[in-house]
Amino acid sequence: MSDLMSFSEIDGSGAVLVAAQRRVMMVTLKAELSKATRAAIKKALGTPVPAARKIANGIAWMAPDELLIMVPQGDTPEAMIARLTAELKAPMLAVDVSDARAVFTLKGNKAREVLAKGAPVDLAPEAFTLGDFRRTRLGQVAVAFWLEADDEITLVCFASLKQFMFEWLVNAAQKGSMPEFL
Amino acid sequence: MLLLTCPYCGVMAEETEFHGGGEAHLTRHSDGSSDDAFTAYLFERKNPKGIVLERWRHVYGCGKWFHAARCAVTLEIFGTYSAQTFEPPAEIIAKIKAKRPEWEAKS
Amino acid sequence: MSFRLPTFGHLIDRDSPVSFTFNGKSVQGFKGDTLASALMAADHRMVGRSFKYHRPRGIVASGGEEPNALMNMGEGARFEPNQRATTTEVFNGLTARSQNHWPSLAFDIGALNNKLARFLPAGFYYKTFMKPAWAWKHVFEPIIRRSAGLGQVPTERDADCYEYFYAYTDILITGGGVAGLEAALEAGRSGAKVLLLEQSPHFGGRLMVDDVEVDGRAGPAHIAHLLTEIGKLPNVSLRPRTQGAGVFDHGYALGYERLNDHAPSTTPRHRLWRIRAKRIITATGALERTLNFAGNDIPGVMLASAVRDYVRLYGTAPGARTVVVTNNDDAYRTALTLHAVGLEVPAIIDARPQGGGALAEQARALGVRIETGHAVAKVNGKIHVKSVEICLQSGAGGAVETIACDCVAMSGGFSPVVHLWSHCGGKLNWDAANAMFSPDPSRPPTDQNGEGFVITAGSAFGALTTEACLQSATAAARQAADEVGHSLPEEAAAREVRTISENPMAPIWSMPDKAPYKLRAKTWLDFQNDVKVSDVQLAAREGFESVEHTKRYTTLGMATDQGKLSNINGLAVLAGALDAEIPNVGTTTFRPPYTPISLGAIAGEAAGPLFKPTRKTTIDGWHESHGAIFEPVADWRRAYAYLQAGETTQDAITREILATRGSVGLFDASTLGKIIVKGPDAGKFLDLVYTNMMSTLKPGKCRYGLMCNENGFLMDDGVVARLDEDTFLCHTTTGGSDRIHAHMEEWLQTEWWELKVFTANLTEQFTQIVVAGPNARKVLEALGGMDVSREALPFMTFTEGKLGGIQARIFRISFSGELSYEIAVPASQGLLMWNLLLQAGADHGISPYGTEALHVMRGEKGFVVVGDESDGTVTPHDLGMSWAVSKKKEDFIGKRGMQRSFLTAEGRKQLVGLRTLSDTEKLPESAHAVEDGKAIGHVTSTYFSPTLGHPIAMALIVGGRARMGEVLAFPVAGTVHKARVVDPVFYDKEGAQQDV
Repeated sequence: MSDLMSFSEIDGSGAVLVAAQRRVMMVTLKAELSKATRAAIKKALGTPVPAARKIANGIAWMAPDELLIMVPQGDTPEAMIARLTAELKAPMLAVDVSDARAVFTLKGNKAREVLAKGAPVDLAPEAFTLGDFRRTRLGQVAVAFWLEADDEITLVCFASLKQFMFEWLVNAAQKGSMPEFL
Repeated sequence: MLLLTCPYCGVMAEETEFHGGGEAHLTRHSDGSSDDAFTAYLFERKNPKGIVLERWRHVYGCGKWFHAARCAVTLEIFGTYSAQTFEPPAEIIAKIKAKRPEWEAKS
Repeated sequence: MSFRLPTFGHLIDRDSPVSFTFNGKSVQGFKGDTLASALMAADHRMVGRSFKYHRPRGIVASGGEEPNALMNMGEGARFEPNQRATTTEVFNGLTARSQNHWPSLAFDIGALNNKLARFLPAGFYYKTFMKPAWAWKHVFEPIIRRSAGLGQVPTERDADCYEYFYAYTDILITGGGVAGLEAALEAGRSGAKVLLLEQSPHFGGRLMVDDVEVDGRAGPAHIAHLLTEIGKLPNVSLRPRTQGAGVFDHGYALGYERLNDHAPSTTPRHRLWRIRAKRIITATGALERTLNFAGNDIPGVMLASAVRDYVRLYGTAPGARTVVVTNNDDAYRTALTLHAVGLEVPAIIDARPQGGGALAEQARALGVRIETGHAVAKVNGKIHVKSVEICLQSGAGGAVETIACDCVAMSGGFSPVVHLWSHCGGKLNWDAANAMFSPDPSRPPTDQNGEGFVITAGSAFGALTTEACLQSATAAARQAADEVGHSLPEEAAAREVRTISENPMAPIWSMPDKAPYKLRAKTWLDFQNDVKVSDVQLAAREGFESVEHTKRYTTLGMATDQGKLSNINGLAVLAGALDAEIPNVGTTTFRPPYTPISLGAIAGEAAGPLFKPTRKTTIDGWHESHGAIFEPVADWRRAYAYLQAGETTQDAITREILATRGSVGLFDASTLGKIIVKGPDAGKFLDLVYTNMMSTLKPGKCRYGLMCNENGFLMDDGVVARLDEDTFLCHTTTGGSDRIHAHMEEWLQTEWWELKVFTANLTEQFTQIVVAGPNARKVLEALGGMDVSREALPFMTFTEGKLGGIQARIFRISFSGELSYEIAVPASQGLLMWNLLLQAGADHGISPYGTEALHVMRGEKGFVVVGDESDGTVTPHDLGMSWAVSKKKEDFIGKRGMQRSFLTAEGRKQLVGLRTLSDTEKLPESAHAVEDGKAIGHVTSTYFSPTLGHPIAMALIVGGRARMGEVLAFPVAGTVHKARVVDPVFYDKEGAQQDV
């Protein structure tokens, strides 16, 4: 789990710790993920493009023609976009979306159960594993999430819903309300 | 509530992750088309009691449009396939025909 | 009288007394009691009144099928009507009130209806309240409304919270009786993931009550053994207090978990399980049926199995002297149980001439009197049973004897609970031997692969002996495991069950066989909705031959219990009246949920602040702390106006407009959609999407554009900026951002997939702030860093740079008609930029303005708002915006649509301005213009313009552009408003103010 200073809001009153992260730098890349483009992306970023519905080394597969790339410390979205633009020959779109997203951390061994209260996804340990990246809805909100560790989940949604999502997660994480099924 | 498999991201998900888009494989009519052809394109839809070819969008997932071959009576799904095609792939046609020999892909 | 017994009571803890109130009076029970068993133990035998005739009603059943014992439960914000006493666990502090009576349960005015019963037959309301027509609204409906309904309606907001849970499993089993548990154990051994739901707090079903021996263990011991064995399997989960409420398409099922109805708390009260299972085994048991004899609804007449349940499970005697009346062997178990605890059984009335089998022999050996071939002619008693008159079953009810008793235990045979099997299309067979519908395994509900996904087990399958139940459970489990890819090795030896030979039941639909009208008119089918045998027969005579029609005409099975006890009896009576076979008459449709579930569970967590997501801009907190009142726009909340101390909303709007037009205003426009469209074919694509030409736009320039759908109707508008050769930034309306992005993607993915174009919705990446007014430029210049002069940044262009040290893109566009800059900065810098602008504009009296001030200002300018001036049936031509529709382009979405004959015909509504004849009279919103008695159009926007000092409005009027100068009439609620048709641009028609 990241440094406490990286959170703008933390609620530890529930069965699972819910924390809203401060600004997380990320870039959306849209391009046809051909073999040549994958190679170019690897060259620009230093890591390969993950398989469908996976996240690896901070690169998440969003769609057949879309990646969400976390910008590592010491790098900037502008510099990353410049590298991608330089390397990719095929038509592409790379944009900074750092301010368009809200990012949350759920920490605790019931983190999966909190999400299972709103996401129509099989979140059992054997069905949803480290490296899986899932876009779906949580209640009425479009989200994406993945495991950082067996007891830690990162969740992303649109920035304008940050407050709503935080309240939703805190409510779902309240003590004494875990189904103990997963 | 249906279960559908998005052919683009491969995820099998419940209907609430998707958005239905009506009949598939319509031919767009534009400037220069006859009134009848344009009216048919805009408004006239098949509503068969049986196999339907329909459009769906994986709206809460990868965002892609795709097509599904489904029985509107039993809700059996014979397959989902790319939106960027003019008819179902041969294996889906074969799968439908195996169970509904009377069905014609272009009717 | 009913009372607590010194023996039996598996489920109650006699060391833990519980105190609650019933109709305001304190009642004592024990932990483990249901409200029904505790009331019964305290000799409360009458628990409510019926819906139509207000007849006294007592407890009939011991589970969810109970039709009578419905309670107003709880108080204040936890009040809930129509709660079944038989499924309510008692706790200290519980408050319950009986329903459907006034002023009290014992003395009820409405009971007069009972005296009038012969004038209130089936269809009474349909036949009576037809004429005169006015009377329905003014006389009948108010009276009926006051007297209708069961419980009261809650008046306070629900204090409890609820939630959902999405669960995925290989096999779902509904029902935790011996069949369900046996199936869970067997399926669990295969390694498949198994989830079992049981609606009550405990497991075991009939094995906890009936004298059954399995593998040498008594029933309860065998259940304990099964639970121990299942407990060893980590892949099997058991959920008590959770009802399998419904089965839906593709293996979807709903579970209704009552978490703390028995122990109120602040954590979620109910949890709705939204389950996907590959296979579902329904082991939901069977329900005993009532028998049709006169007075079968008098308190004290109960189901025989329920009488046994109260004795065995709760140590409670429903009566001291119980007559058992039956058409099958099972009811003899009740007689034997009662006898075993020393309660009197004066007689067993068995309608079958040959009587019962081994159980009957046992009863006879104990000296219990058995009358075979006999029936109950009628029950005597008003508010509880006093005696029964018995007669020959084959006769017409001539009584041969009156037997004093205070309880009648009846059994009309059993109906498998086929609800869950049937919810999603499972078909039924008529089992004539047992007079019941049972699932037809060859016609199951089918899933996405066209395969059956529901299997039934136990008595829900139609197995009426323990042995058959266990066999079907094992078979169901093996089939399900096999079908989900977890095959089991060879079958273990079947369990040994001590068998008891039983005689076949006899279908008895009328007691006695030739009961005259006098008896049939007092023989109840549906206890909750007061439907009698004579009502169904009347319906048949009046031509209601379809069971679905009869149901609606008589209301049979339409109450909150959905006819769980009455449907088969009603069907049989209808079949008899039509002289048809029961299976040919058919059943009504079984619909979920199995029993009513709370609205809270259906809503889940989406209540109060979590009801609906609210999108907020980065400046929202500032708005809130500066007097903003908000309006919802799509999912956003936007500042409508900023109220200062002592101001009305209108005062604030006027002040904001005058400040902006007079000096400078500040507006949060962040919610406008911002879609990046990039690629070598971006220009070509936008030419297809917008009605006007976008490919000719030069980088650095902005152009206002319209979007239509294929019908040719306006769907969105906004300013497009060309960022570079192959990149465009498309602004949309607030409500349009997601919709238009989806619209673009739909066309790119499904029609023009050859185009090399990518889109991204960057709406939230940027905070967009409008600085508008004659002093706008001075404010930006005060911040410094960018040349925003007319020469460097002309109207309808944009530039990028650092404004006040913050990276910004500045657009010279205007929706207010003033000199206006829209400043886009990364959202993380949005609040900072807002504050910097406020500071920089302080010398000019800079004033934030809300959406209403903006709307008034754009109204003064005659600018349209999509959704106000357009309603999905309006073309750009109707709005006088033909200049924005390209004539050169070969194709664009809506081009062909606009050519349709009725869109080009004369007489379409056209946008005009309206000026009221009086300067103080604002036109009402949406007022219709009427000419020669015909509506010729309507007001689309109406405001008071502080700039001009008089009201202004826009309207869509038939042939409007040719009517300039005409005075139109707008009659609204008795007042006729008059307004002159004028040009819709009221302010600065030349555009001098915005292009300076």
